[in-house]
Amino acid sequence: MSIEICALSKQFGSFTALNSINLKVNPGELLALLGPSGSGKTTLLRIIAGLETADSGQVLFNQENSTDKHIRDRHVGFVFQHYALFRNMTIFENVAFGLRVRPRKQRPNTREINRRVTELLQLVQLDWLADRYPHQLSGGQRQRIALARALAVEPGVLLLDEPFGALDAKVRKELRAWLRKLHNDMHITSVFVTHDQEEALEVADRIVVMNRGRIEQIGTPNEVYEKPANPFVYEFLGHVNLFHGRVHQGHAWIGDLEIDAPEYPEAEDLSAIAYVRPHDIEVERTLNGEPALAAYVAHILSIGPVVRLELTHGDDLTQGAIHATISKERFRELQLVKGDQVFVKPRRLDLFPNHAHNGSIHS
Amino acid sequence: MTTIPLPQISPAPHKVVTQESPWARWTLILLALSFLSLFLLLPLVAVFFEALRKGWEVYLAAITEPDALAAIRLTLTAAAIAVPLNLIFGIAAAWAIAKFEFRGKSILTSLIDLPFSVSPVVAGLIYVLIFGLQGWAGPWLREHDISIIFAVPGIVLATIFVTVPFIARELIPLMQAQGSEEEEAAIILGASGWQTLWHITLPNIKWGLLYGTILCNARAMGEFGAVSVVSGHIRGLTNTLSLHVEILYNEYNFVAAFAVASLLALLALVTLVLKTLAEAKVAQQTTRGNHS
Amino acid sequence: MSTFKQHSVLPGFNLALGFTLLYLSLVVLIPLSAAFIYSAKLTWPEFWNAVTAPRVVASYRLTFGASFAAAAVNAFFGLLVAWVLVRYPFPGKRLVDALIDLPFALPTSVAGITLTAIYAGNGWLGQYLEPLGIKVAFTPLGVFVALTFIGLPFVVRTVQPVLEDIEKELEEAAAMLGATRWQTFRYIIFPAVLPALTTGFALAFARAIGEYGSVIFIAGNIPMVSEITPLLIITKLEQYDYAGATAIAVVMLVISFILLLIINLLQWWVRHRSTKA
Repeated sequence: MSIEICALSKQFGSFTALNSINLKVNPGELLALLGPSGSGKTTLLRIIAGLETADSGQVLFNQENSTDKHIRDRHVGFVFQHYALFRNMTIFENVAFGLRVRPRKQRPNTREINRRVTELLQLVQLDWLADRYPHQLSGGQRQRIALARALAVEPGVLLLDEPFGALDAKVRKELRAWLRKLHNDMHITSVFVTHDQEEALEVADRIVVMNRGRIEQIGTPNEVYEKPANPFVYEFLGHVNLFHGRVHQGHAWIGDLEIDAPEYPEAEDLSAIAYVRPHDIEVERTLNGEPALAAYVAHILSIGPVVRLELTHGDDLTQGAIHATISKERFRELQLVKGDQVFVKPRRLDLFPNHAHNGSIHS
Repeated sequence: MTTIPLPQISPAPHKVVTQESPWARWTLILLALSFLSLFLLLPLVAVFFEALRKGWEVYLAAITEPDALAAIRLTLTAAAIAVPLNLIFGIAAAWAIAKFEFRGKSILTSLIDLPFSVSPVVAGLIYVLIFGLQGWAGPWLREHDISIIFAVPGIVLATIFVTVPFIARELIPLMQAQGSEEEEAAIILGASGWQTLWHITLPNIKWGLLYGTILCNARAMGEFGAVSVVSGHIRGLTNTLSLHVEILYNEYNFVAAFAVASLLALLALVTLVLKTLAEAKVAQQTTRGNHS
Repeated sequence: MSTFKQHSVLPGFNLALGFTLLYLSLVVLIPLSAAFIYSAKLTWPEFWNAVTAPRVVASYRLTFGASFAAAAVNAFFGLLVAWVLVRYPFPGKRLVDALIDLPFALPTSVAGITLTAIYAGNGWLGQYLEPLGIKVAFTPLGVFVALTFIGLPFVVRTVQPVLEDIEKELEEAAAMLGATRWQTFRYIIFPAVLPALTTGFALAFARAIGEYGSVIFIAGNIPMVSEITPLLIITKLEQYDYAGATAIAVVMLVISFILLLIINLLQWWVRHRSTKA
């Protein structure tokens, strides 16, 4: 089932939760709505589900307008952030609920219900918990039951609100891989909300980055990470170094460092900011003829195969220290210790001329 | 090899900074318990002692004479009508207030509590003003030979009035604390409103419901002031247990008065036991959600 | 419907709210308004004379005075009882905790005759108090005793949860900064429970003002001396002075409403306090 969202807006008092959102979710796709809290992502999800109404705009399921359709007739599966398992029912009864409340004519018989529920519990690998009550389960188990319950009614669309938000880091990682695998097997159109960029990058087919009720960028994980559309997306996804500089007639300057900027041939002495990922910072012990920025090693943090360097720098070209990530091999080559002078230059950067930096990084 | 004796460590006096000295502690406990004994325990003991002062036979005779039995019947009848009505009201009011956001909600919540702050005597009076002989509906009722005041309907009405808030005020905070996610999940899974109420909401609030019902019932069976105004004190007809106690007492039939009173005191004790049990379950039901 | 109600997928709002309003109107609001409408039959001077007759004023003095004194005693002992129940283990604690609500559960007429039996001149305690010159039953003191009994649970039950919620860390911090136990109570604990204590006091006071059943047996009901206002309403009613009874009832209703408002504000204060931290 496809979902199409047209010019959707929603206001809570004077707060604009959604500002004319347009979005198409392809059939069988796993889409992430990613953004900081207050960006409107949960509101969007709840409107798609029919839990909230929009002030204006439409939601189409398979090209059919569902804006005024009752939630029961939308055939959506919804997984709540805090699971919303029925605490007075066993796990089995929870999963069976959606089938048991159907009108008599459409209701499967008891044996069929038993078969379906058992199947689903096996799918989420928790069939041995069928007779337990929700409060006897761990968070991760509850989450999987909530998913099984949503799938029991064979929804056309699966919506998940911060599905891993309430879990601890390790369980989170396991469930992420598990959800990805489940989606690969079932191919049900799914939308999930998250504020965790790592989660979105790892699980989703496509990511919708939201901020202040607007969509900042839509793209595959690779696209949004490698080619962020604007400074917000840059800062929201992954670690990034920010440099203040100027652009003039196809060239950019960060301090004394000159960089080609062929995208901006017309620029006339504009202020600009440049983003560089830590792994795109090249670190050298000596100047090798090319221009570079001088910096001092302030801190060395060795984590597994990579080494993170925190470099201080005299000018106020950057916000705080420069962060560089280099391989362990390279680190051994350089033989760096705290206090050493180094020379750095960006291997790759993205320039945004005329952008007054808003200074807000959320994560 | 010689063994080196370990230094003898004498247990240090366990002193916790956030605790008072035992001396202060026991003084406070004793002071509190004396106050409670004087004001709670003594009256409770006195009821049963006075009731049995002349032995079991007199006691049994007092609570099985026809007027006493009639009073028991009327008390049960009034409670049997008032409690279910207030139960339905409590569920409806809690559903509207706890599950929805609407304007005037806090005013409505305070209005529900209103009967608690009205003197029982005033509660009785207002029904006299409406249904009494000099009241608004008085002439019409007399024409049609319907009596409400100094009759059973008046007693039922007054009982309903004083017990309106009990169940609603118990359910509203409980349902607010539980939130609406489970109900939303049920609706998404295709359940109708009634199915959601029956399978999800009511099981979740059953102990709170029981708790409110117990308190409501205790007050309904024990109400005195409001019922006293509308009853007319006709022995065997419009006398509830509570009123019967008064009549016997005013006739200087103290043993009988205390015998009937002891029935009501027993009811109070049963209420306290059930209430304590329900309270523990409510606490469990509030916390044992999905968030735990 | 514009913004009267926020959207929700849950059904039944109209039915539930409609029934709630209908029931509340029929059972509570319309009957209560009857008192106000009925009292409008009186001219203003008539009304004023009815509610300020010396016997009525004397009853106000007794009702409010005794209610205030009872609520104050309950505030003190209620705090003490709540403290002991929350902080100290002692045998039979659960039983004591359950017994606190006895005045809620015991019908007021039972309380009334029992307290009388205890405090009458030949009663359980009365026989010892009388020789000391302390007459309780059939005096204003008896009214005070009855009102203390029925108001007892209010303070305990409002203060108890607040005391339970006070963070131990606060007290430990105070102790580490050198405060004595008494200073900790005075400057840390007492301010934290003050809103709840005031609420409990107001609830006990409001309940005491309207109380009838437990008082009339022990009060003796001597006009100008030990006659409470609710009894005066009944007396007027029995003399078929409906207007007079209604006038006094209206005064009591207005006072109840004001107290209800104050209690609502106090409860808001309690909540505000607890969420701010």
